[in-house]
Parts: sequence; C-alpha cells; structure tokens
Amino acid sequence: MSQLFSWKWFHRLGSPRWFYQTSGKWLPWLSMLATGLLLVGLCWGLAFAPQDAKQGNSFRIIYIHVPASFLALAGYYVMAIAGAIGLIWKMKLADMVMKSAAPIGAVLTFVALVTGAIWGKPTWGTYWVWDARITSMLVLLFLYLGVIALQYSYSSQDAASKASAVLSLVGMVNIPIIYKSVDWWYTLHQPATIKFTEAPSMHPDMFQPLLVMILGFYCFYAVALILNTRVEVLCRERRTRWVQELVASKCT
Amino acid sequence: MELGFSAIFRRDLLLAFRHRAEIANPVIFFLIVVTLVPLGLTPEASRLAEIAPGILWVMALLASLLSVEGMFQSDYRDGTLEQMIILPQPLYLMVLAKILVHWLVTGLPLTLLAPVLGMMLSLPEAGYLPLVFSLLMGTAVLSLVGAIGAALTVALKKGGLLLSLIVMPLYMPALIFGASTVQRAVDGFSVDGPLAVLGALLAFSLLVSPFATAGALRVSMHG
Amino acid sequence: MLTTEPNTDLFSPNSLDLRALAFERDDRMLFSNVGVSLKSGDILQVEGPNGCGKTTLLRIITTALSPSAGQLLWQGQNISQVRQTFLHNLLFLGHLPGLKQALSPEENLIWWRRLNQSQAECCNNEVLARIGLRGYEDVPCFNLSAGQQRRAALARLLVTKASLWVLDEPFTAIDKQGVSELESLLTEHSARGGIIILSTHQDLGIPGIERLSLRHESLGQKALDQNSPFVVDVA
Repeated sequence: MSQLFSWKWFHRLGSPRWFYQTSGKWLPWLSMLATGLLLVGLCWGLAFAPQDAKQGNSFRIIYIHVPASFLALAGYYVMAIAGAIGLIWKMKLADMVMKSAAPIGAVLTFVALVTGAIWGKPTWGTYWVWDARITSMLVLLFLYLGVIALQYSYSSQDAASKASAVLSLVGMVNIPIIYKSVDWWYTLHQPATIKFTEAPSMHPDMFQPLLVMILGFYCFYAVALILNTRVEVLCRERRTRWVQELVASKCT
Repeated sequence: MELGFSAIFRRDLLLAFRHRAEIANPVIFFLIVVTLVPLGLTPEASRLAEIAPGILWVMALLASLLSVEGMFQSDYRDGTLEQMIILPQPLYLMVLAKILVHWLVTGLPLTLLAPVLGMMLSLPEAGYLPLVFSLLMGTAVLSLVGAIGAALTVALKKGGLLLSLIVMPLYMPALIFGASTVQRAVDGFSVDGPLAVLGALLAFSLLVSPFATAGALRVSMHG
Repeated sequence: MLTTEPNTDLFSPNSLDLRALAFERDDRMLFSNVGVSLKSGDILQVEGPNGCGKTTLLRIITTALSPSAGQLLWQGQNISQVRQTFLHNLLFLGHLPGLKQALSPEENLIWWRRLNQSQAECCNNEVLARIGLRGYEDVPCFNLSAGQQRRAALARLLVTKASLWVLDEPFTAIDKQGVSELESLLTEHSARGGIIILSTHQDLGIPGIERLSLRHESLGQKALDQNSPFVVDVA
C-alpha cells in the first residue's frame, strides 16, 4: 500500500489546519525579515545610493517600481501553479492559495503601473505612454481582474476555484505570447528611442539596494500571501471543530 | 473517432441554418460600428484611410466577441451539453466541431464583409488581400480563444460582460498581428512575417483551446 | 425490419457497485457513505427531499461529476479504467430533456442516435409513434408541450442498446397513461437484464424495486456527526 502512504503525506501537506498551524509559527520571523529588508533597502536606495546622471533623484522610484513589477508577474505564476495543483490533485489548500494570490498580484500590478506613471512624468514629460512594458503590465492587470471577477461570480466556491484555475492556466500559457506580441508591436510603431536604465547595466551602488528591495518584496509577498490564505482557511473551515475551538480559545 | 466531430458539426450547422436570422447579427453589428467611425471622427478620406486597418480589425474583434457568448449557452440550457459530456467520444473533438461551426457562421461572414467596409473607410488598395487573409486566420483564433471564455461563463446567469472581460486580454496577440498585417501592406512592407505569426497563433490555439474548453465545460457541471 | 415490437434480446450479465460514495460541495457534505450493489434486472429508486443530492448522485454515476470519496465499479472494475465501455452501456436522461428546440423530435432522435453510434435512420417514425408523438415527428420542439418534449426525450429508451439506464425524474410532466407506459418500458428493460437507476417522488407500480433514500437527517433531529447530515438506507 505504498500509494496510501504517499497520499497521507500529500494530504498532510494539503491540510488547511496543518498549514494554519505551521504558518503561524513561521509568520513572525518572515514578517520581521520582510520589514528589515524593506527598511534597509528603502533607506539605502532613497538616501544613500548615488543620483542618476540623467534622471537625477527621480530614478529612485525604481526601488518600488521594479520589485513590484517582478512580483506582479511572479504572482501570476504562483496563482496559476496553485490553481493547477488544486485542479489536478483536488487539494483545497491550493485553491485557497490561488484565491488569495489574485488580489495581491493585482494590487502589485497596479502599484507597478502607478509608480511607472509617476516616473514617466519627469522622464517623458507625460504620465502615460504606450510603451511596451507599460502596456504588457496593463494587460497583466486585465488578466488578474478577469480571474478575480470569475472567482466572485460563481455561487459555488468549488466551481469558482476550478473555473478560475482553468482561466489562470490559460492566462499563464498566454502571458509569454502577449508579452512578445506587445514587444513586437512597440518596436514596429515606435523604434525604441528611450531606453530604461536596465538593471544589470546599473552602477553597483544603485543596483545593490535594488537587490535588497527585490528580496524584501519577495518576503513581503510571502507574508501577504500567507496572511491572506490564513483568512481564507478560517473562512472556509469555519464549520470544523478546530476552527471553532481556536475561536473559542481566542475569545476567552 | 470522427463520429462525434462530424455529428456535432452537421447538427450545429443545421441549427445555425434554422436560426439564420441570428447569423446576420454580428455582420450587421460590424457594419453599424464601422459606420459610427466616420460619424464620430471625420468623413475625410485620407484620415479614414490612415486608421482603417486598425479600426476594421478592432470592430471585427468586437463583433466576434459578441457572438461568442452563445456558443455553448443553448446546449447548457437544454441539457444537450450534459449529454455530450458523457458520450463515449472525446469531448475535445466535439468542442472543436462547435468552434468550427461558430467560425463558419461568424468569422467567415465578417471576413467576407470586411473588404466592403474597407472600401467605405477608403482603405488603400494594397490592404485588401492582407485584410482578408489576416481576418480569415485571425477570426478563427478569436473563435478558438473565445470558446474558452464562453465555456467558463456558460453556467453563470449574467456571463456576458464577464466573458468580454476575461477574453479580451487573450485576444490581444491576434489583434496586434492581424492589424499590423494590414498596416504593413498599406505601408508597402512585406506581410509574410505577421501572417506567419498569425498562422502560428492559429495552430497553437487549435491545439490548446479545445482542450481548455472541454475542461471548462466539465467544470460547468459543478456550477 | 420493424423494431417497434418490444425488444427481447437479453443483455449479458452486468453489475454496478457504488462503494461508500460521498460528495462534498463547498465544504459541506451533501451525502456520504452511499453504497449499493446492482446487478442485471435491478431497478433502484433514489428518493429523498429536495436538495438532498439525488441529481448529484445520478451525475456521479454517469461520471459527469467525480465523487469526493468512494468509488464506482462496473463489472467489478473501477469506472476510470473501463470508462469507454461503461459510457457505451450508459443512457442518461437528466432533468432537462436534452432536446434542441429548433429541431423536430425526429431530428433530435436521429442526432442522438448518430452520437451514440447506432444506426440513425431506421424506424424513427415508428419509435415516435410508439412513444405517443404520431403526427408531431416534424414539428419543431419549441412548439411541443412540456409533456410531449419529455416523451420525445424518452423515445431514446426505445432505440438505445445501453444496458444501464440512469433517469433523473423521468416522470415529470407526463400524463397518467404516459406514466404507465414508461413503467412498462422499465419493467421490460429490467426483464431483459438491464439495470435502471431513477430518481422520482412517485410511487412506482413496479414490483421488486429497490429503494435508496438520501435523507436529510438534520431536518428531523440534530445531526450527530457534523460532517454528514445525510444518512443512507438501502431497503
């Protein structure tokens, strides 16, 4: 009965209760790490990193913009992979992670767009240009909004999870195609005259704080995802004994 | 297992013929929205010619989008969908047959009407053939991609707007390459590249979409 | 050539086992531990109050839904392994008649037979006459009454080669005569060695019928086990 054994392990991993308890132990450390990295990265990036030769101080917004764009895209993959796991192995926890990942990803995408627009004003003299990256980011936001809207329009949670898992998988397959198309479209219409300060070609003094910020954002994303998933776990498992006992113990 | 494919194909064609008034709707929609452009913008031929490739493609996309909602709706409501799901035949092929019929009754008429509308928008002469070819392949991509959205929202009471929301971002590559095929032709460049990409998009969505659509239809049984 | 006479060919022995089936939707157990064994000739009536999961159970049996726990065995083998042969042997009639409104009963029957890989052209008119739709063969279904539509759907029972019939509320909207005709069809099928599973609130005049009641226990008394408000009796 080796099959039985492996399932047991899998179910333990997928048990919302196990997740809730384990994540509870990790969460304080992870939050501290995220806060620490973000504080160090922000101080370093905003106060100590040298000015950009062309853009002056306005370039410093990349310390928010770049990590947010990274996580916006990575978050979609997290969501889609969680959806796939939920779809294939019928793991409830994966469904919950998928549902929780969608709004976080959408917010990060929005932050990336807004910071991009703010950065655009001093750089290009306008808040919005139909640049390839901005347009791709906008499409990514649409993809997130589609998944969220689908998630909330089903009355049955199980059906909602399955449907949005299918949609996020389709989206995941399409993201590279969309990005490539938008890139091609952009070079066709506007030969790239304005180049972004590419991260690898940056001066190390500017690049190191960015690296810290990216790490900090990853940790922050993990914290946000775990917190959101914990709320989802409690909501969906509210009828079970362990949640009721937990609530009772917190209330007294 | 060709049986399910051909049976569904023939049945849906027959049904489309019985509802032939509905076939005209996307085509009329296409005609009307294109008419709105000179009214809202300018009747000046040179300016219309400038934007004609993009406008024609965007409007064709919208017309196709509006018709995609009905692809599985009647099957879901009358119970033939649940019968299809439990047939001893691959659902993949039956879905493909339905998509093909959808394209034949919407994408193809839209494509055939497009040159006429191109003329009304003073599309330069070089643009007509690329317009037809790009729409021929592009509308097939739109039907295939739209089918996924239609299947995901078929169990919902008010799925229409949501369907547009989830499908339109996925339409963008087809729009980009379709519209630029026409634009490049008008500008005097070779259109082989974008047409080849459209063909690749078509092949890819032929592979992926019936599979995803079949999965989404099975999900709708849970709804 | 005419097959309007009752078909008397016997089916080879069949068996269908439901083992500890459970279905959970949105973290609520709809039913659990549903188990029953059926063999050739058995008729099983699934009963229970509205919303107790009758339709869901029937859909699980047709493999359109998969159960949260438990398994289905066809001829002693897990259904996922013999899905194709199982589906060849299955006829399902749902709540919805599964008719295309723009097509006539005859066209609907032809289309259905084509998809189910039986000869589609033979004797459709005779079949429709036997089911009580003489004169309506080529009227589009949207002009038929609910009872007539139900009859048009039931016409499939006369042409199918499937040995397992799963019927969800087949008696809805049919008149008294229709009910007794359908009952005799069911008896006939069972006598030939077929298996029938149907859900209905009606008391059937068929002897030797088995009953499976999905009962909402928490309606009557407080549920003992929070996770399974439904218990199952097999009489």
